[in-house]
Amino acid sequence: MALRAAPWWISRAVLVGSATIIGMLGLWWVATSGLRLLNPLRLPAPIEVWAALRQILDSGYAGATLWQHAAHSIGLVARGFAVAVITGIPLGLLMGWSRRAEALINPIFLLLRPIPALAWIPLAIVWFGLGDAGKVFVIWLTAFVPCVINAFSGVRNVETILIAAARTQGASTAQVIRHVVIPGAMPMIFTGLRLSLQASWTTLVAAELVGAFFGLGRVLNIAGQDIFPGMIIVGMAAVAVCGAATTWLLTLLERRVLIWRRAI
Amino acid sequence: MANRNFLGPAGTVLGPVEFWLLTLAGFALFFGTWSLVAWSGWMPSNLLPSPLAVWETLVRLWNNPFAGHVYAEHMTASIGRFLMGWAIAVGIGVPLGLLMGWYRILDEIVTPLFDSIRFVAPLAWVPLAALWFGTGIGGPLLIIFVGSFAPCLISAYRGARLVEPRLVEAAQMMGASGRQVIQHVLVPGAMPSIISGLRVSAGLGWQSLVGSELIVVGAGLGYLMVQGQGNLSTNIVIAGMIGIGVVGFAIDIALRGVEAWFKQRWGQA
Repeated sequence: MALRAAPWWISRAVLVGSATIIGMLGLWWVATSGLRLLNPLRLPAPIEVWAALRQILDSGYAGATLWQHAAHSIGLVARGFAVAVITGIPLGLLMGWSRRAEALINPIFLLLRPIPALAWIPLAIVWFGLGDAGKVFVIWLTAFVPCVINAFSGVRNVETILIAAARTQGASTAQVIRHVVIPGAMPMIFTGLRLSLQASWTTLVAAELVGAFFGLGRVLNIAGQDIFPGMIIVGMAAVAVCGAATTWLLTLLERRVLIWRRAI
Repeated sequence: MANRNFLGPAGTVLGPVEFWLLTLAGFALFFGTWSLVAWSGWMPSNLLPSPLAVWETLVRLWNNPFAGHVYAEHMTASIGRFLMGWAIAVGIGVPLGLLMGWYRILDEIVTPLFDSIRFVAPLAWVPLAALWFGTGIGGPLLIIFVGSFAPCLISAYRGARLVEPRLVEAAQMMGASGRQVIQHVLVPGAMPSIISGLRVSAGLGWQSLVGSELIVVGAGLGYLMVQGQGNLSTNIVIAGMIGIGVVGFAIDIALRGVEAWFKQRWGQA
């Protein structure tokens, strides 16, 4: 029996896992609706969460429907992320390739790096107000540093012998960078992107909680003020789904770009 | 010299003089641009104060209370809150991760639960944390806990999984109980992974602390910044950022020290 692998959907891990999830959902129902052990103002019953979800889907909450809030938040993350990739990766490649550029630019990073992107939020609000520009700015900051650092170490991890091999074939500097250094640094760059994507969502939610007109953080903020626990759970779940979905998209992209690496 | 960077970074080695000159130039570039933008009036001083003005603000905040406390008190409030939340995360995450690495059933039970909440950004817990524990001490603690828990758990789990099965088998063959295997084989074997996880988790926990202070509490560096922002005094905001950076840096240095000490003491990486 042990030699024949079970199909994934009846493997032990899946069985135990789904039993756990179902058990937790059951416990949640029993504690809130069944026995009313918990104050509904602390933990809402499943039915209240469902009602909150219907409300935000049908008539909207905090000024828009769930789709509009989510689309707004995803758009902000995408924009900040794109700017970070466009600015951070070339800078990291440059610092990795040239030790002079590294020596010159590194002090600036030394000064800015220990300050978490979240700590820039008040400054972003003073500079850009509560609109979109400030959020794009803090997301850019969140993703920029990992982009630079990972592109940098990616270049430094390219084996010199590969560069030497390309050079003996007569490759120009541009060709070496294009065909050896950048592909060599790619896996590391994607590692950085994955880390910073998750961090971007944290930053965005924080920025939207501090002040925003739209977005999932705004939903959470208003639901907190209204003491509407059902909507808080909906907002948290929406943040999680958006975070997971964007991470999944990034993984798809990674598989496409790093097509020569099978084991990811 | 015609072909500098012929072999990329490995081909160029900077002399110490050139390196330090460039490094100094880098610092000069940073502070020079900042001062120039501030003094030229291109950005009004209430939006970007000069480095000197920020320094003066720091000195003033050090001596005079702002937002209820002097600077050092805000700092210690933040550090204390961080240490408490982080200690809870380490205290729960590391043992749980080790046990998950050792007992398969626990792994199968916890992993789906963990995966289903992993993607909730730590700061998205703020409203719920406020509902559950209020905005005083409990709420921010939950945020810091949520922010730093995952790396503790994952690194301990991974560390336990990476322990050579042969070592475990050897211990079991000598008659070690499950508890003894965990204590004498798994924990020491997983230690390097745990310590690097602690560094990551401390960084994330410190970030979450800053985020939670921006939103909910009444003292601390984040609160100082929010109050500064409310008064449109950018120099106070930047002074707060400097404190956050300094403390974050100090935490990282301290944990690097622990890592180095451990490497030296136990001879593992």
